[in-house]
Amino acid sequence: MWDYLKLAVLGVVVVVAAIAASMARDLPYLVHMLVIMLAAAITFVWQIRRAGEPAPVTNPNEYMDGPIRFGVVATAFWGVIGFLVGVVIAFQLAWPELNFQWAQGYLNFGRLRPLHTSAVIFAFGGNALIATAFYVVQRTSASRLWGGGLAWFVFWGYQIFIVMAATGYVLGSTQGNEYAEPEWLTDLWLTIVWVAFLAVYMGTVINRREPHIYVANWFYIAFIVTVAMLHLVNNAAIPVSAFGSKSVPVWSGVQSAMIQWWYGHNAVGFFLTAGFLGMMYYFIPKQAERPVYSYKLSIMHFWALIFLYIWAGPHHLHYTALPDWAQTLGMTFSIMLWMPSWGGMINGLMTLSGAWDKLRTDPIIRMMVVAVGFYGMATFEGPMMSIKAVNSLSHYTDWTIGHVHSAALGWNGMITFGALYYLVPKLWQREGLYSLRLVSWHFWLATIGIVLYAASMWVTGIMEGLMWREVDAQGFLVNSFADTVAAKFPMYVVRGLGGTMFLLGAIIMCYNLWKTVTSTAEKQPARAAAVPAE
Amino acid sequence: MGLLDHHKKIETHATLLLVLSFLVVTIGGIVQIVPLFYLDNTIEKVEGMRPYAPLEIAGREIYLREGCYTCHSQMIRPMRDEVERYGHYSLAAESMYDHPFQWGSKRTGPDLARLGGRYSDDWHVQHMINPRDVVPESIMPSYAFMMNRTLDRSDAEHVRDIMAVYRVLGHPYTEEMMENAVDDFFAQAEDFGDPGLLDRYPGAQQRSFDGQEQVTEMDAIIAYMQMLGTLVDFDTFVPVANR
Amino acid sequence: METYTFLRAFADSWHLLFMFCFFIGVFVFILRPGSKKVHDESANMIFRNDDKPEGAGSDSHQGRHADPKEAR
Repeated sequence: MWDYLKLAVLGVVVVVAAIAASMARDLPYLVHMLVIMLAAAITFVWQIRRAGEPAPVTNPNEYMDGPIRFGVVATAFWGVIGFLVGVVIAFQLAWPELNFQWAQGYLNFGRLRPLHTSAVIFAFGGNALIATAFYVVQRTSASRLWGGGLAWFVFWGYQIFIVMAATGYVLGSTQGNEYAEPEWLTDLWLTIVWVAFLAVYMGTVINRREPHIYVANWFYIAFIVTVAMLHLVNNAAIPVSAFGSKSVPVWSGVQSAMIQWWYGHNAVGFFLTAGFLGMMYYFIPKQAERPVYSYKLSIMHFWALIFLYIWAGPHHLHYTALPDWAQTLGMTFSIMLWMPSWGGMINGLMTLSGAWDKLRTDPIIRMMVVAVGFYGMATFEGPMMSIKAVNSLSHYTDWTIGHVHSAALGWNGMITFGALYYLVPKLWQREGLYSLRLVSWHFWLATIGIVLYAASMWVTGIMEGLMWREVDAQGFLVNSFADTVAAKFPMYVVRGLGGTMFLLGAIIMCYNLWKTVTSTAEKQPARAAAVPAE
Repeated sequence: MGLLDHHKKIETHATLLLVLSFLVVTIGGIVQIVPLFYLDNTIEKVEGMRPYAPLEIAGREIYLREGCYTCHSQMIRPMRDEVERYGHYSLAAESMYDHPFQWGSKRTGPDLARLGGRYSDDWHVQHMINPRDVVPESIMPSYAFMMNRTLDRSDAEHVRDIMAVYRVLGHPYTEEMMENAVDDFFAQAEDFGDPGLLDRYPGAQQRSFDGQEQVTEMDAIIAYMQMLGTLVDFDTFVPVANR
Repeated sequence: METYTFLRAFADSWHLLFMFCFFIGVFVFILRPGSKKVHDESANMIFRNDDKPEGAGSDSHQGRHADPKEAR
């Protein structure tokens, strides 16, 4: 009965999407409807083919690792795509000829840049968060994922969201809000997927067989629920037509700016920080084989972080037309944010106390520790840049880009790589990784790449900031804007090289993980003494 | 029974955690965002602001579509060098009709908040076709294809539909403006178009921007760029001390 | 505007004090001496149930009543 209902719904979706596609008023809408139609049709055929078969037995005494395995593959795949697009646009800024004429604007910087940011944040980061969230919540709740096949829906639904967003960017469908570029249809679809994600997660936590909720889950819960709130408010929009991709955001001007950076900074705070801290609080203790340094500190870290982070948005709008009181609030809270951030960093690092020798022998733990180090560095640099006097120099310059990348590549990238190296042998029941030497290669390529990237951006950022404001004795500006652009060229090449090294490291990781799954020995199930309970 | 009670308490804990976290994260947003809608001094009272004319909307849509905001800001800060380089610092009122705001976050290229009237139409056409012809150091992509993309009636109607949504959101478009939207769209790109356009949109510039017979995307984007920052009459503007 | 002025003054003074005290209160609650056992137990839960959910006949029950320090 349930199967027939599913088939009926899928059939309706196919037909409606086909009709909508035939009435499409623009190309992105047409492509999106075709994507929806195709996805529903494939699911329909897949459902029909297994209609006769008996329902697969799901054993509540086993973890549901299928979506996590797919999630790990998707994380690595989208990571490489996102880094690749990043390298391309980095070189476009050095050599503008790479904005190819024959592409008729489809592959210009302005369209690829949202593709890059969304691919790394939402496709790479998002898949890493969903996969690790599903892994961690099962292990710390000691129960199987709630909701049956719903976890599969979350995984595939999220991939459809990514495809819709990516095709939209290249075809020029955008809301014009940084990091919230997808149009209304894509936003609606993400909302559905996200609610399912929250349901699976909360269902598993409520079903848990452990008395306490482990602190990593707190961070994941805060991440999921806050991102839902931010997404809904910032993307409030009225579609111009039911058959067109264009919508008009409800907010305008100064309110739009405030809401956008409330969203934007907390995409950093909750997507790229809280969620990834959930990873840190699980995978570092596991890899180090010792409990977190101070559980009390982790709880304080949690409440202080989520309370303070949400206020920090206005520091993106210093000296703009945003009223001063809002700017001051944003600055104050951004500076206070330094404390919980470093509390968390200390907690992560000190987890290794008494086991520092592992840094020498275990390249995975080295990766995780460097990630926490970059977290600490970025969360010091961030509050510093939110001080109005510093911001007056750094704002609008490459310094911001350097800051973002030392955090995103260093913290988010490295902790994700560490988690992937931890997860793959576990999920595919392998004895260990294919090659620790390749992990070392990845580690050094990535680290040197980040250093090149961040250093070149500090240099260009501070240089252009100073050049812009330089005046001569008569009070006239010394440099034209074009002068500053020309001066940045060598550093843009260095930045591109740094990005290339980071990309190479990720490709080595993919090879290593692939070989781990295909050519290492399967782990022998431990037949250790099964001591009866009690 | 004791065990059962215990279990029940724990079960509610997960929801409690969810609700508490949610409450904690809402506080900051409420305090910072809600007052912006109620405080009178958030948006200055200025002379001259008007909603966008149809062709300017089409240009703005292209500006968004091409991701211009990823490299150009439209927000001049009140520092000496910025005022010197770009003009009077930007006011909140100047972006009151922007859904969403286009203040930007990065100046890979210069600020565009007061670009209007700085360069000739010919300069813009050259610059869009190949930026390095007019600014050798430029790293901006070429947008030559805009010269060949003709805008037809369906594009004008699309803009009218956008205006209808703007109207729902409170922009002062009159009945007359809506009726003439499609005609105004084409008239603005003609050298001697409908003079009524200027009554409806004071300060709008009316001419063939790209020098071609037909109306193209190049006309629209230049019409938009030539009006940026030109509306507010700064002779009548008095800054508020405490804002 | 009267309400606004009042709320603004209130938010800047008493409510700020309240939030500060509440914050300190949360920390004190976390740091209370009796919480140590609970927190040690929680911190070590990640070393159980790695391969199978609890009650699946795995090693899950072994860790439960062991001394938390053992996992170190």
